[in-house]
This record gives sequence, C-alpha cells and structure tokens, in this order.
Amino acid sequence: MRQIAIYGKGGIGKSTTTQNLVAGLAEAGHKCMIVGCDPKADSTRLILNRKCQNTVMDLARERGTVEDLQIEEVLLTGYRGIRCAESGGPEPGVGCAGRGVITAINFLEENGAYQTDTDFVFYDVLGDVVCGGFAMPIREGKAKEIYIVTSGEMMAMYAANNISRGVLKYAQSGGVRLGGLICNSRETDKEFELISELASKLGTQLIHFVPRDNEVQRAELRRKTVIEYSPQHAQAEQYRVLAKKIADNTNFVIPTPITMDELEKLLMDFGIMESEEALA
Amino acid sequence: MSRAIEDTKKMIDEVLEVYPEKTKKDRAKHIAPNDPSGQCASCQVKSNVKSRPGVMTVRGCAFAGAKGVVWGPVKDQITISHGPIGCGQYSWWARRNYYNGQTGIDTFGTMHITTDFQEKDIVYGGDKHLDAALDELKGLFPLAKGIGILSECPVGLIGDDIEAVAKKKVKDFNMPIVPVRCEGFRGVSQSLGHHIANDTIRDHILGKGKLETTTPYDVALIGDYNIGGDAWSSRKMLEEMGLRVIAQWTGDASVNEMGIAHKSKLNLIHCYRSMNYICRHMEETYGTPWLEFNFFGPTKIYESIRKIAAQFDDTIKEKAEAMIEKYKPKMDAVIEKYRPRLEGKTVMLYVGGLRPRHTIGAYEDLGMEVVASGYEFGHNDDYKRTYEVMKEGALIIDDATEYELEEFTHRMKPDLVGAGIKEKYTYHKMGVPFRQMHSWDYSGPYHGFDGFGVFARDMDATVNSPTWDLIRRKK
Repeated sequence: MRQIAIYGKGGIGKSTTTQNLVAGLAEAGHKCMIVGCDPKADSTRLILNRKCQNTVMDLARERGTVEDLQIEEVLLTGYRGIRCAESGGPEPGVGCAGRGVITAINFLEENGAYQTDTDFVFYDVLGDVVCGGFAMPIREGKAKEIYIVTSGEMMAMYAANNISRGVLKYAQSGGVRLGGLICNSRETDKEFELISELASKLGTQLIHFVPRDNEVQRAELRRKTVIEYSPQHAQAEQYRVLAKKIADNTNFVIPTPITMDELEKLLMDFGIMESEEALA
Repeated sequence: MSRAIEDTKKMIDEVLEVYPEKTKKDRAKHIAPNDPSGQCASCQVKSNVKSRPGVMTVRGCAFAGAKGVVWGPVKDQITISHGPIGCGQYSWWARRNYYNGQTGIDTFGTMHITTDFQEKDIVYGGDKHLDAALDELKGLFPLAKGIGILSECPVGLIGDDIEAVAKKKVKDFNMPIVPVRCEGFRGVSQSLGHHIANDTIRDHILGKGKLETTTPYDVALIGDYNIGGDAWSSRKMLEEMGLRVIAQWTGDASVNEMGIAHKSKLNLIHCYRSMNYICRHMEETYGTPWLEFNFFGPTKIYESIRKIAAQFDDTIKEKAEAMIEKYKPKMDAVIEKYRPRLEGKTVMLYVGGLRPRHTIGAYEDLGMEVVASGYEFGHNDDYKRTYEVMKEGALIIDDATEYELEEFTHRMKPDLVGAGIKEKYTYHKMGVPFRQMHSWDYSGPYHGFDGFGVFARDMDATVNSPTWDLIRRKK
C-alpha cells in the first residue's frame, strides 16, 4: 500500500487534481482510497457524484463521540470502487480543525479502513499546513510520499517552497519524501520552465504539467472527474499520464527548500519580476 | 562570610554536585544560605522563573492558582471548570475551604461543575456547549449569585471566545458571569493564576456589590481562604477588637462581599502573594490602604493586633489590648503544655507563597527552629520578607525539586518537615515526621487564638509520634 499526501496553496486545484488522477489510477485497475483532510469536505464529490458526503467529525458531533460511529457510515464507495472518507470539521473561526483531522484519521485506522488490498491511499490536505493536525497525514506510519500542486504564480510557488520546509522537518524525523511537483497550469509566462527550475532547486522533479482546460470545469459542474465525464477528451489523457507517472515514480527525495531571496531571484532570472535596480 | 553561611553553602554545593553542569548552574541560583544582613550578594535567590525541564518540581499551574486558590472558595458563585474533566476533578475542593450555607441550594463550594469537553467540543469549539451549560446551571441553581468560567488549557488552544458567551449571559441572567483566562500553560507556576484571578475580580466584580452603611471601623479580610476554618477564627478576633469585617476574601466569601471590599477603611491582607494585586488596585483606584498581618502563633498575633489597632482610634486600641490580655493566659497555657515537648526541634518548610515565612513565629513560640524554608512560587518580594525572619545560615530554597528536598532532609535531619501532599508520602516512607502545610492535614484552623492550640497539638502529635521509629530502617 502506498500512502500519498497532496499539499499545495489553497485554491490551486488539489482536490480536483487528486480526484482526477485517482480516477486514472482506478481505471488502470488499482484499488484506491481518498481521505479528505479539509473541513470544507470537498475532496470526494467528483468520485461519489454527490454534493457532499457525511464526514467523520460531523457525524461524531451529531452522535456525541466518534466511538458511536460505524465505519460504513463514513467510508463510501464511488467511481470504480474508489473508497472515500472526509474528516470534516468546524466552520472557519471556531474550534480546532487540525484536531478534527487527527481524530478522523485515528478513527479510520482503528476501524480498519486501511485494507491490505488497497494499492493507493491519497490524503487531500487543506492548503496551508497551519498546525500539527494538518501534518497528521505525513507523520509516522502514514503517507511516505508527498506531491505538491503548484502553478507559475508567485504565491503558489512560495507555498510550495514553504510546504517543502515542513516536509524537510518530517523527512528528518520520519521517512517521508517528496515525490515531485504537479503543475496545475494557470497559463502564466514561461510556466513550464519556471516550475521545472523550481523543482530542480527543491531537489525534486516536475512530475507532470497539467494544461489548463475548461473540460475540467464542465465535468466538475456535473460532479464528475474528466475521466468519467468525457473519457475520450485530451484532458482525460493528461490525468491518465499523471496517474501512470505517479504509479511508476521512484524519484523520492528529501527536499532542499530555498530562501525567499532565492525564490525572488528565480523569478527575476525568468524575467517575470523586475529587479529593484531595474525598477529604479 | 560567616561560618554558618559557609557551612550551608558547602552543603548546597554537595547536593548540587550530582546535576549536569547546566542544571547545576541554574539550580545554584535558586538555593542559598540565609543572610539576614543582606550583605552577601550571592545569598539572594532567584525566583518566579520557569522550572528546569527534567526535574521534579512541586509547582502547579495557572488554573490551580485561579480556580483552586482564589475563585474556588467563593461560596455562592458557581465555578465552572471549563474544558475536559480532569483539571476540575483533581482540584475538587482540595483546599478544604469551609463555608456556611446549604450546598446545592445557595452555596456550591464542594460541588464539582465542569463542561466536560469531548473531542467534538475541541474540533467544533465549546462555546455552544458553554452557552447551554450556563442555561442549565441557571435553571438548576436559581439562588446562585454568579458564575465563574475558568478556562482549562484546550479552551485557550482552540481560541474559544468565552468572553462573548459570558457577556451575552450577563444580560440574560442579570448577575456577574466571569470569564477567567487561566489556562494552565500560561506562566511558570500557579502564581500567574492568582494574578489573572485578581484581574477578573477587578474587572467583573469589584465596585458592584451593595453595602448599606459604612462605619469608621470597616475592614476587609483579604487572602484568607478559610482552610479548616482559618478565616472564621481570624474574623472573630477582628470583631472582638471592635472592627467590622465587611468582606472576607475568598474563604466563605459571597459574591456581594467580593464587590464591596474597596469600601473598607483598611484592607488586611494575610496571603500577600495571591492577593496583593487587587489590594494595590484598590489603593490606587479607591484610596483604600492595605496592611499585611500574621495570625500564626501568639507573638505574631499580638504584634499584628497592635499594628492593626494602631490604624484606628483609642477605643479600638483599648479593646485590642483587652483582647490580648484575655487570651494571653490561654496562649501561655498552650506554650506551657507543648513547649517542653518541642523545645529545640528543627523544622524544614517548603510550601506555597505565604506559610514559608508566616508560620515561623508560631514554631518559635513552641521553641522550635525553622532551619530551612522555601516557596513553590514565591517572588522576590516574598524572599525579601523571609530573609529577615530566619537565622543566618538557614537554607533558603526556591522551586525545589523532589531530589533536593530529600537530599537536604538527609543532611539537615530536621525533626519535622512541613510541605504538600506530593511530598508527604515520600517523607512517610523515609520515616521523617511530616505535616501537610497547605491544607493542614485535615486539621485546622491554625490561624488566630483558636488556631494556635490546634497547631501546637498537631505539631506535637506529629513530631513525638512513636510511629516514625517503627518506619525508619534499622541500621
């Protein structure tokens, strides 16, 4: 069983990318599971073709404690047998969403959600790793592989670099490794080259460049992945390629995060940001 | 440096020898031979800083200070331990703060009330739960005069807005609802909890009570928690000398009393450490002066009575003298009975913030000598007040570790050790006579004329019990 965590800046397309690539893995015959680690609980809707599933924490709140839940209530099966769970959690501004992730993952573990015949478990984690709870998926005994979704936008790259720092910390204490960057294209200038360079600076690879295509949005509106909605479309093929690259990936590294200055220099080298001298 | 100081210094160095270099250096600043003259610069101990990780400190936390010490004893207020169940459970009436009233009807001191946080309260926040708890309490206990919400650690970690809940309910219930941010991780010991609790008294209660008439003889008894009836015994004396005690903080206190102390002519403070903050506030804001006093043992009692009486007119002074006259034979009889049995015995104290210095006089009245004393959470001002009442070369120890207490006991061989419940059983096993000096070992009162006889009896029963010889290992 390979356990994989997907991180990246909020709104970059982690959930969409994860579900599409997992659909690709399932289509290729792999047994997969997705664990949504975000109080928004939108990590499984394209697989389950429904608005929003019952989350572990919401049901626990209703019943009183997490011990009152049955695993079948929160572990649902969707497209091509992909099993889905959502941690759930509070609305913004109250409580502790991180603790919700910890509680939910512990519940799934204790109740046998991780079956031995599962090939891949994907954790789709909230954008910013704001506290220990959101690092839960990469702690001891869980995800050993991480992919960071990014784009050519500066703040997305900044977030990718920051997440690498977190990975570095857990790489030193546990066995977690960075498997690569996934570029979810925003069609910014020299995006492919820029992210390739960032990947090499971080000591990793740009595992796949996913082009921008409105077919993704059209499929999403119907609560489907592109692979399910229009299997013949070129974009579906992109996700199949990404799925295959991840399945075949052997390039796992301890990342080498760069400083903010280095990141800005990178942008200047690519002519995206003007240097202060040039501005003056 | 005198011989006594040098000898003690040598003993301290020997005890610290086993520590790693950094720990030794750090702990050395907290332990010193006493120098009443103040000339020995290295004899001033460092205090009120973070305990060294890895050592067994005796200290508690801010929650213990705010709930266990200051707010807990207020009898007609419901004090909620807000958070998971443990903090409230293990601080449940641990200090034996006596009160009058019908528990569960108009007083709530011995009740354990908690919001009992579950996982869902952490994840989704506990504000709605707290809101519901307040409604439920109001329904169950209509005679409650206030509610205190005392935060445990998780409430602070998840950032619940207990202030907003409290504010809303103050309007609905028309009584004070006091949010107290005393999460245990704040500060270095229970001392910050006292301060936080004092600040909430200032912000939510003080100035809001009703006092129909005032007299020139109004005083407030501050920092007496009525452990085993201490405050009652003190109050009786103040009344007998002609004063009117308008408020008693917080042993056997009512919410109303908490709101009127500033109207007194003089605030009398017993436990300086836990309540000096609010006394200073009343002095600055209302001009109410305050005076420290000590009701342990006749010498200090007479001294304190005269000091208090000196702040008032002759009628009070006369009554004070008459009272001393009246009780002196009783005190002398206690001394006559117990002194021969205790004469020359040595005592080691390690208590909280007041007794390490305040009980010294009472021991001396019985012919005993306090050879070592220290505070769990004292500050510099406490130590300054201690140096002058102890002999040269006595051991002063701040935030002691269990190792140090044991080791100094082996070396100094005191005839009596007075400390807390965590130390008690170690000493029992060592066969060293021990008294629990936080809550008087289920005894009391120890304050005032009533208390001294009980104190003397307890010390005698402990020191001279034949049990200890049976426990001590035969050589």
